[in-house]
Amino acid sequence: MTKPADFPPPFRAADFVAAPSDPQDERIEVGVLIVGAGPAGLACAIRLGQLLEDAREVRERLGEVPVAVLEKGKQVGSHLLSGAVVNPRALRRLFKGRKRIDEMPFYGPVAHESVYFLTKQNALRIPAPPTMRNDGNYVASLSRLGRWLAEQAEEAGAMLLPETAAEKLLVSDGRARGVRTGDKGRGRDGQPLGNFEPGADLVAKVTVLAEGTQGHLTGVALDRFGLAGENPQVWALGVKEVWKVARPLDRVIHTMGWPLRPGAKYREFGGSFIYPMGEDMLTLGMVVGLDYRDVELSVHDLLQELKTHPLVRKLLEGGERVEWGAKTIPEGGFLALPKQLHAPGLLICGDGAGLVNVPALKGIHYAIESGSLAAEAAFAALQRGQTPATPGALSVYDDALKQSFVWKDLYEVRNMRPAFGRGFVVGGALAGAMTATKGRFPRRDLQLERDVDVDLIRTDRAKSYPAPDGKLTFDKLSSVFAAGNKTRDDQPNHIVIRRDVPPDLAELWERMCPAQVYEATETGVDVTPSNCVQCGAITAKGGRLTPPESGSGPEYKLT
Amino acid sequence: MKIAVCVKQVPEGNSRIDPETKRLDRSGEGALNAFDANAVEEALRLKDATGEGEVVLVSMGPPKAQDALRKALAMGADRAVLVTDEAAAGSDLVATSYTLAKALEREGADVILFGQQAGDSDGAVLWAAVADRLRLPVVSQAAEITQADGKLTVKRQTEFGYDVIEAPLPAVVAVSDAINEPRYPSLKGIMGAKSKAQATLSLSDLGVEGDRAGEQGSRTEVYGLNDPPARSESKKIEDNGNAAQAILDFLAEKRLV
Amino acid sequence: MSTLVFLEHHGHELLKGSLGVLSKAAAFADADVAGVVIGSKVRALADQAGKFGAPKLYVADDARLEAPLPQPRVDVLAQLVRDKGIDTVLFGNSVLAADVAAGLAARLDAGLNWDLADLVQQDGKLVGKRPALQDSVYVDVGWKSEPRIALFRSGSFDPVAAGGSAQVEDVAVALEDFSTSARMVDQAHEESEGPSIEDAPVIVAGGRGLGGPENFTLVEELAKALGGAVGATRAVVDAGWYPYSTQVGQTGKTVSPKLYIACGISGAIQHKVGMQSSGVIVAINKDTNAPIFEFSDLGVVGDVHEVVPRLTELVRARKAS
Repeated sequence: MTKPADFPPPFRAADFVAAPSDPQDERIEVGVLIVGAGPAGLACAIRLGQLLEDAREVRERLGEVPVAVLEKGKQVGSHLLSGAVVNPRALRRLFKGRKRIDEMPFYGPVAHESVYFLTKQNALRIPAPPTMRNDGNYVASLSRLGRWLAEQAEEAGAMLLPETAAEKLLVSDGRARGVRTGDKGRGRDGQPLGNFEPGADLVAKVTVLAEGTQGHLTGVALDRFGLAGENPQVWALGVKEVWKVARPLDRVIHTMGWPLRPGAKYREFGGSFIYPMGEDMLTLGMVVGLDYRDVELSVHDLLQELKTHPLVRKLLEGGERVEWGAKTIPEGGFLALPKQLHAPGLLICGDGAGLVNVPALKGIHYAIESGSLAAEAAFAALQRGQTPATPGALSVYDDALKQSFVWKDLYEVRNMRPAFGRGFVVGGALAGAMTATKGRFPRRDLQLERDVDVDLIRTDRAKSYPAPDGKLTFDKLSSVFAAGNKTRDDQPNHIVIRRDVPPDLAELWERMCPAQVYEATETGVDVTPSNCVQCGAITAKGGRLTPPESGSGPEYKLT
Repeated sequence: MKIAVCVKQVPEGNSRIDPETKRLDRSGEGALNAFDANAVEEALRLKDATGEGEVVLVSMGPPKAQDALRKALAMGADRAVLVTDEAAAGSDLVATSYTLAKALEREGADVILFGQQAGDSDGAVLWAAVADRLRLPVVSQAAEITQADGKLTVKRQTEFGYDVIEAPLPAVVAVSDAINEPRYPSLKGIMGAKSKAQATLSLSDLGVEGDRAGEQGSRTEVYGLNDPPARSESKKIEDNGNAAQAILDFLAEKRLV
Repeated sequence: MSTLVFLEHHGHELLKGSLGVLSKAAAFADADVAGVVIGSKVRALADQAGKFGAPKLYVADDARLEAPLPQPRVDVLAQLVRDKGIDTVLFGNSVLAADVAAGLAARLDAGLNWDLADLVQQDGKLVGKRPALQDSVYVDVGWKSEPRIALFRSGSFDPVAAGGSAQVEDVAVALEDFSTSARMVDQAHEESEGPSIEDAPVIVAGGRGLGGPENFTLVEELAKALGGAVGATRAVVDAGWYPYSTQVGQTGKTVSPKLYIACGISGAIQHKVGMQSSGVIVAINKDTNAPIFEFSDLGVVGDVHEVVPRLTELVRARKAS
C-alpha cells in the first residue's frame, strides 16, 4: 500500500523566509520578539520583565517596546490545549519570591492516581509505571493557565499582540531580524478584499520562537539555518473534551489498551487520560502516535468509543460536554532534538523545539524552563552590549539548557518512544529496562522513523466507532463547534497538500483529521479549511499546515 | 466633527446564562460586540470624510470591558470612556439609557452611532431610548450615511425597502451590518491602542443617582429560566409518492401557503 | 388591565404583526383593549382594527405624522398613556415599532421587555417569554412598575378576525421640536427582486443532498412559488454551488422566517444555530438518520429531486385556484 511520503506537499520553507521589505520608517521595532503566547513564550516574557526591572540601561536600549509577544489566536489561550497535569518545578523557579503555587489557576494537586489496562468491557488496574507518577503535580487547563501567565507578562511590561500570526521569518545577512505578520482580509483566491490589511515587518534584536507543536516558523528556521538533528521529529495526536459532571472525580486516571490494539503491525501507541477539574468538571482525552498505519483510524472517534466503556461512561453520567479540542504533541524527545536551539538572532524553545517527555506525559514545565532560559540568554547578550545577532552570542542558551533538568530528564527516557514502535508488549518491557538503568540501556540509541514513511494498512476498525448520539458521543462537526471555531469561510486555504492523492491516502486524512477538514472524493481529496483547529496532524502525515488569517481557528477556554 | 460610538463588550465564544444570577455569564474573555465594529468603521469613515475630528468610544460594563474597547481603539478610534460601577450591574433599558445619556452629554458629540444590536442579548432598541433622553433626532437601520452642511442624510433599510431620512446635527444613528465591512486593525493600530486614553467613570462621576441605575433603577426584572417550549409535535414521514401533498396539507393547516 | 396596542400600517393596510398582537391582547380575560393608529389619513383603518379585536381605536391623524418616523409617534403615545391611564402598551416588532417602543420607554421611564415570543398571566402577574441564546432557553421576564411596554417578535401571534367594530376616538397631536427634526425625503420600495434572506417570511434552503449546483433551480422554483428567499448551507457555498450571501448558519446569516424548508440538508450544528428559531421547519432528506429531523416540525424521508418539484407544482396549482 501507499505511504504519505510518496505524495509530499508542494511546500518550500524558503518561501517563508524573506528580508525585511517595509520601508525603514514603517518597520515596527521591538526589543525582544517572542512568537507564541504559550507557556514557553510567556515564561520568556515574564523572565525578561524580571531581568529588565533592575536594568534600566538595557531596557532603554530596547526601545519603546522592549518585549512583544505575538499570538495567532483570537485571544491568549485560544489555541492552548494540553492534558494537563503540570509539574510545578519551573513555575516555582520563575515566580520565586513573587507568586505562590496556590495563587496560580490550578485545579488542585493530584490527590490519587489510577492506571488501567482496558479491554472492551473490563478495566484492570495496574501499578503506575514510575515515569507516570504524579506526586506533587497539579491539574490545570493550559488555556486558563496561559491567560494567567499573560496577565503576569503584561504586568512585567510585555506587550501582548493577539490575532497576529507570524507568517515569514525575516532574515538578512544570515541573521534572524524578526518576522513578517500575516495579511488579513484576503478572499478565497488570495485576492485582497475591501478591508484588506497587509501584514507588517516586526524587527527585533532577538527573535524567540515559542510556537508550540508544529511551529510554522520553527520548521522554516530549522531548514534555513540547518539546525535539524539526526532523527526526524515524530508526533502524536491528542483529542480531548471538557465535561461538566454530576459528581466530582477524585483522582487522575490513565488508561492503556482498548480501544487501541496491541499488535506490533498496527503501531498504535497511546492511551487516554481523565483528569478532575474541580468539583463539577473533568477533562478526558485520547492520544495516539501518528506513526499508526490504519487508514481507518480516527483519534476523534476512538475518544467517542472510549466514552462508551463502562469505566468512563459511569464518570460522565448526567454530565454535559462543554468544550472540545485537538492538538499534536511532539514525541521524538531527546533523539529528535535539533542540533542546536539557537541561530544568529534566534532562539527556539518549548514544544516547538520538541522538549516533551513522552513516558512522563509532560512538557509544560520544560516549555516554561526553556522560555526562562531563553530570556536569560537573550538578556545576557543584550547586557554585554553584544549584538545578539552575532554568531555564537546566544549559544549560552544551549549550554544552559544542557545543564538543566530538562536535558537530564529527556536523556534518560530518550529511547522509550521508538521502543513502542515494536508494539505494546515489547515496548513496555524495553521501557522498564530503560527506567531501571536510568537510560543507560540500550547501549546504542534507537532510531526514529518519520510518521510519513510508515506504510499504510486498512482494517475494518471504523465500523466499531459509535454512532453519534449528541449526548455522550458526537460527530466531528459538533466537536468543531464545541471548539468555538467560527473561522471566516472565504479566506485562502492555509493547508498545503497534494489534491490528486490515491483513495487510501485521502481516506487516511479524512479519518485522521478530528475537525472534518478533508473529504475523500473520486479524484482525490477536498478541503474545508475553515473547520481546521490547527492541530498539526496533517504536517506529520503528509501535508503542511501554515498559519491561516490571524484570529482564525478554535477559541479554547478550558482545554 | 466629533463622533461618539456606543460599544459593548460581549462574552467571547458560545455564551451562557448563569442560572443563579439569571444574568448573562460574563466570566469568559470579553470581545467587542461584532455589530459595534460596523459603527466604529462608519465613525472612522465619517471622520476621514470630513478630514478632521475625533472618534470617542463610550461604553458601559465591567472593568474587563477595557479589552473590548482596546480592540475598537486599535481600529483607529481616538479614545475611550468606560462607565463602570458595581451599582450599574443589572441595568435594564431604562437604567442603561439614562446612564449612557449622561455619559454622552459630557461628550457633546455631533454624531452618536450605535451598532444594530448586541450579540449577547439580541436587543435592538437602546439608541431610540438614548436619543429620547438626549432630545436628539434618531435614525436606525442605516445602510448609508452621508454628511454635509450640518446634517446627515441616512438611507434606512426597512421591511418595505429604503427610506432616505435627513437629520440635523447632532443626531443619533444606529447602523445596520450591511453598511460597511469593518477594517482589520493594523499591527501599528493594535500597538498604538495600548497608549490611547481609556478613561473610567463611576456613576457618581456622571451624577447618576443610585436609584436610577442597576436593578434599583430598572423597571423590568427576570423571574427565571425555562426550557423553550417543545416544538409542536414533530412528524416524520417516508415518501411513498405522496410526500409533496403531505407537506402542502401541513403548510395549509399552519396557514403558511 | 388597560392595554394599548400600537397598530402599524403600511399603505392602506394594518400590518399582520400588529394585528396578531391585537388578537393576543383581546384574548386576555380582563382585557380592556384599545388600538392606536398614528399617521395621516388613517381613519379608514378603523374597520380592520375592529374586525381583529379592538373595541376601541385611538386615531392620531395629522399630516405631520405621514412619514413612518418614530419620534412623533412617541410624543403621541406618551400623551395618550398619561391621559388614559393605560398600564400596558404592546408592539409587534418592526424597524419602526422597535424605535417607538424604546423611545416611549425612556420618555415614561417605563420598563420595556423586547423580543418576546409570548405573554402570559401567571400568579396575577404579566410574564413575558423571551427566547435567548439561539432560543436554547426561555427567560421569564416581568415589570416592576406601570406602564409596562412589550415588544413581540414578529410572527409570534396569528391575527384572529373576530368580526367586531371599533369605536373611534380622535387624539390631539402635540409634537416636540426634536421629534420633528428628522425628515423623510424619499421612500423607495423595492418589490421586484423578492425578499432578502434576512426579511423573507419563507426560506427554502439547499444542501449537499441536492447533488449538484444545477439542482438549485429546484430550490429556487419552490422559493419563488412560496414568495420566499433561497438559502444555502456552508458546504454548498464552499463547493461554489451558491453565493456566500445566501449562507445560513454560524458563519453566515442567522434567520428566523415563519417557514424554513430544508432540502437535502443534514442539519449540522453550524447550520442549526442559524435557523433553529424559524417558526416552522420542514426537512426533506433521504437519510433517515439526518440530525435535521430532530428539530424539524415535519420531516420527509425522501428524494429531494422528486419531492421538491412536485411540491412546487402543488403550491403553484393552489395559488392559481
